[in-house]
Amino acid sequence: MNKILIGILLGTVLGFFDGATAWFYPEVRTQIVGILIGSTIKGLIAGVLIGVFARKVNSLPMGIVFGLGIGLLLAFGVAYMQHEHYFEIMLPGGLVGTIVGYATQKFGRGPASAPARA
Amino acid sequence: MTWLSDAAVERLREAAESPDLTGTRFLLLHRIGRGGMGAVFLAEDQTLGRRVALKVLDVPDEAGDLAARLLREARILAKLEHPGIVPVHDAGTLPDGRVFYAMKYVEGSRLEEHARTLQAAPDRLRIFEKICDAVAFAHSRGVLHRDLKPENIMVGPFGEVLVMDWGVAKILREPATGHTAAEASPTVAHAAAPSPGEPARPAAPAPPDTRDGAVIGTPGYMSPEQARGEASSLDERTDVYALGMILRFLLGGGAAGSGGTIPAPLAAVCAKATSADPAGRYDSVAALAADVARYLDGLPLEAYPDTLFRRAQRIFDRHQLVIWLVLAYVVTRVLLIFFARH
Repeated sequence: MNKILIGILLGTVLGFFDGATAWFYPEVRTQIVGILIGSTIKGLIAGVLIGVFARKVNSLPMGIVFGLGIGLLLAFGVAYMQHEHYFEIMLPGGLVGTIVGYATQKFGRGPASAPARA
Repeated sequence: MTWLSDAAVERLREAAESPDLTGTRFLLLHRIGRGGMGAVFLAEDQTLGRRVALKVLDVPDEAGDLAARLLREARILAKLEHPGIVPVHDAGTLPDGRVFYAMKYVEGSRLEEHARTLQAAPDRLRIFEKICDAVAFAHSRGVLHRDLKPENIMVGPFGEVLVMDWGVAKILREPATGHTAAEASPTVAHAAAPSPGEPARPAAPAPPDTRDGAVIGTPGYMSPEQARGEASSLDERTDVYALGMILRFLLGGGAAGSGGTIPAPLAAVCAKATSADPAGRYDSVAALAADVARYLDGLPLEAYPDTLFRRAQRIFDRHQLVIWLVLAYVVTRVLLIFFARH
């Protein structure tokens, strides 16, 4: 499996689960479907970007930092649209991006097919 | 009467021992070491313009057994073309009648010195894997080393590993002819066990038929069957034993298991490799190296049976970072939900 595919799969799945946690917030439970779709798409976009980065750059620290950056950036975009809950959205979003960044560097076949070194 | 100083006597001795290289392509530079039956000199190969190490027989050898042995060592080395085994460039007889062979001059340090510069266990294990590669190759060519120890392993400036001193090697089988059990050199009987750390080198050659009863190897690294002088029954597992001792040495446990903290899986590898009963050891050096490689990859080992707890521990060790990240995510989410509700 190549790195981009790993990024897409992991980003989509984690994005879906991240969105599903909205169910625990009664005030937004009615919008859960929209949140799920939006969060899944956000995860997918993050996965593609991080996967492409992992194909280009073979470095675990760089992959983690890039994943964190993309996760925070996309989560900021979502929070900015709502004008609230910046912390509650960006913190988990950054962590999800970091996990995808780690996974795409550590696993999957890149052009050089060499695992990233810490 | 004028007495010569020790230094002067030493210089005279060195001059007397120096091989006569006139008429050869080699230019003598200086002596770099001394073995059981010969001295090793640094020389320059003037034809090819490179430095070589010349091993020259320098003990009385009226019967010619040691000369034959030195040449056989050269032939064994010539047969073992491998990056981890020092290559032979030339062999023959010098104008002064002494037998010699020229080999690659290895610039680097002995394993014991090199090990001091390595802090991380994985670095030491990778060196050990290279040693195993070289010895496994020799075994595949039917040659047992029989005197593996840190002093006989050189590590070059780029981390290249060279297994040296095949003087007491044993040929288990000739690749072309199939099955012979000829000794690489005439085996030498030792009346008494050698002192620890000192190789059981020949003082004088014994007839080739006195194989059993001969003690060949270095205490601390030689297998129990070697120490008992069962020369004719030795096989690859003898070198496996010595490699197990080297692994223990590399991991800081001392040659004779004198203590030190070795991770439990690697301690199990050492214990299996150095089992007193050859049947309890790894069947081959390749199997030993494979277990070390599995340890480095975080996989289950042949010598260390996997339990559920150990398996979980291995998975955790292998994927620590991502496990911590997932845990951080879950904790963050739980805390955020908790504070949002209260």
